[in-house]
Amino acid sequence: MSAVIEYAPLLWQGLLTTILVTVLSGALCLVVAFTAGLARLSSHRIISWPAGVFIEVFRGTSLLVQMFWLFFALPFFGIQLHPLTAAVLALGLNEGAYAAEVVRGAIASRAKGQTEACIALGMEPALRLRRIIIPQSIPAMLPPFGNVMVDLLKNTSLVSLVTVADLTFRAQMIRSSTGQTTAIFITILVMYFVLSYLLTLLTSWLERRYALDRKALAAQRKESQLMKVGAA
Amino acid sequence: MIWDNNFAVSVIPLLLEGLWVTVRITLLGTLLAAVLGIFFAILRRLAIPVLSPAVSFFVVFIRGTPLLVQAYCAFFVLPAYGISFDAFTTGVVVIGVNYSAYMAEVYRSGIQGVPKGQWEAATALSLPGARTWSRIILPQAIRTVVPMLGNYLIQMFKDSAVLSAITVVELMATAQAIGSSSFRYLEPLTLAALLFLAISYPASRLVNRLERRYAPQH
Repeated sequence: MSAVIEYAPLLWQGLLTTILVTVLSGALCLVVAFTAGLARLSSHRIISWPAGVFIEVFRGTSLLVQMFWLFFALPFFGIQLHPLTAAVLALGLNEGAYAAEVVRGAIASRAKGQTEACIALGMEPALRLRRIIIPQSIPAMLPPFGNVMVDLLKNTSLVSLVTVADLTFRAQMIRSSTGQTTAIFITILVMYFVLSYLLTLLTSWLERRYALDRKALAAQRKESQLMKVGAA
Repeated sequence: MIWDNNFAVSVIPLLLEGLWVTVRITLLGTLLAAVLGIFFAILRRLAIPVLSPAVSFFVVFIRGTPLLVQAYCAFFVLPAYGISFDAFTTGVVVIGVNYSAYMAEVYRSGIQGVPKGQWEAATALSLPGARTWSRIILPQAIRTVVPMLGNYLIQMFKDSAVLSAITVVELMATAQAIGSSSFRYLEPLTLAALLFLAISYPASRLVNRLERRYAPQH
């Protein structure tokens, strides 16, 4: 355990890097998900087809290959990315492709009546999407999005292989300088576990917050109001 | 010229060898995961004091930690306690155990989906527990989870690239080794990506078809 305590500042820095990579690529993932997911649903083939190819290519090859490609192969085209940029780009695009399928599925499974009602009210397609369809689809997207984010968090450990100094990278450094393998690796396993548990808690809070089933929530609120009245 | 065609063609045989290792890891790993997953799911369902909660925690813990770190643990920590295999075996065990945690969940939902009447009928016929599981519950549970197992097989095929970090010489490691020895990364990495795509895309199409065919019929 002594190595863990002695090198705690290094591990702390690694943890911060891991969180930074998760947040940046998580944001990119959401942008990619909605862009590609909505484009995939477009009725114009010229928009939906490239989105489909993007999704299938990034889902069909492994994340590590994509990350290495951005880091090692892109320089042959004269583009040298910073390791952190390459890592965030690969993670965001890869998980974004998975999340795009979530967006597509959630929107495609909306009740048709909603779209028909919008058309009957003379809503423009863009307005229809922004005010009716997307807000209604968010609750259905949240649980799978939570899974994607936990996956993303776990996959940030791969950025250590393109020399980003995250938690796993620091652990390897400490391991090779102290040789205290067991303590170090158990420590970072627990750290990752706590992080992904926190992410799960966040998702389930969001799920409750944005639940579509407002009837149950309203009933709850009424009940608590009645209680208050009774107490007074 | 950025892309050297002759070089690309010359590395294909090596990459195919790597692909074959990847395929073997995937098949063996899936087999291990499918078997371990059933055991985990049954152990959790039986509600044995201490053991079942321990299995539950193990499953949650495996699902909450990165595969890469688990692989490092198996590769660097276990030999310190006198348990050491070659990289290939370690890789198969790590990825198999990792995916068994996911498959345990899939089996669990499959087992939960078996109607209660089936359990009651087995009790009424006074079938012993082992027969109930092996003849009544599992055949019905597994039927509904076949497509999910297919999805995890494809996922594992792609994830096995992570094992290159613990010196398993599969497709990714081969591509990287070619890159670092010839200072040309573009061709081997692009070809590796294409090989991954060439297998996983048709496979996922196939699983989609299975999904429709094995959809629950009640």
